[in-house]
Amino acid sequence: MGKKKTPAINSSSTADIAFLLLCYFLMTTTMGSQTGLSRRLPPMPDKNQKVEDQKVNRRNIIVVKINSADRILAGSEPIDVSQLKDKIKEFLTNPADDPNLPEKEVKAIEGYGNYPVSKGVISLQNDRGTSYAAYIAVQNELVKAVNELRDDFSMRAYGRKFTSLDEDRQNIVKKAIPQNISEAEPKDVGAKR
Amino acid sequence: MSKFGGSNDKKQVPAMTSSSLSDIVFMLLFFFMVTTQMRETENKVQVKIPEASEIVKLERKDLNSYINIGSPIRSLQAQFGTDARIQLNDSFKTVDDIRDFIAAERDAHTEADRQLMTVSIRADQDVRMGIITDVKQELRRCSALKIMYSARKPAE
Repeated sequence: MGKKKTPAINSSSTADIAFLLLCYFLMTTTMGSQTGLSRRLPPMPDKNQKVEDQKVNRRNIIVVKINSADRILAGSEPIDVSQLKDKIKEFLTNPADDPNLPEKEVKAIEGYGNYPVSKGVISLQNDRGTSYAAYIAVQNELVKAVNELRDDFSMRAYGRKFTSLDEDRQNIVKKAIPQNISEAEPKDVGAKR
Repeated sequence: MSKFGGSNDKKQVPAMTSSSLSDIVFMLLFFFMVTTQMRETENKVQVKIPEASEIVKLERKDLNSYINIGSPIRSLQAQFGTDARIQLNDSFKTVDDIRDFIAAERDAHTEADRQLMTVSIRADQDVRMGIITDVKQELRRCSALKIMYSARKPAE
């Protein structure tokens, strides 16, 4: 080959350049982990449409209220957040077929068979002065109660946790234990902040 | 090899090749480029999102729109006070502006994706529910029904 050797390009600075780029990306981007509690809002009732009286039996509803001092009322008694989950679980399962707790309707679930599905609905009401933290804590407890029931059910039926089931089976479990949380129309009660 | 064994009696420590260093850094760079996303808006409100244990991950991040609710950051408090405000995109807005915001977000997505659009409510944990109820009612009116209350895993 030629007599003159091309001198090697000093590549030690590329690392510096890359570090600069790296720092730029570290500063301007965020680690993407968006997590939260997913909800579906009920559609706005149509004005022209007459409100169909949704006849829900009184025993099928549990009203969870949070007042402006973040105190919780479940059913008819004041309760602490830590007790709420068990209360909801008892409400949804109704193990002793108590006439004051929700009735069950035997439904045929495709792929599983008949299962007595609880008709219970949780109605969540809050005040304008309720703090967001308390509201999320209650929402979390409600979801936790439903999730634990789903876990129980899938352990019994499939011997595995709900989250490790495949999609078809998850849908079956969801049908067997529905998550009926209704957020009531807001009412203006405590006007003072 | 003769270069190192060399005519010199003193043994020289060979220079460490640093050429692979850049490769390593580039790999790091690519990792961060892939796993992170660009910060789109500047936060104008202080948001300390509440903790919840039963959180789920968002499936489609690109179909998400954010509504930030909280009190303005300190440098803006002189101007806007400490009352909780709603931030859409880059500026403070009122509840009435949510309609336009949702419409604009809808337009940005394709027909098929519009049903999957999620509105993420990032509210500070000390915010009162009144403002959030207003936002929720407005979202119902715009029929943006898929919402998500941002929450984070509790520290163990």
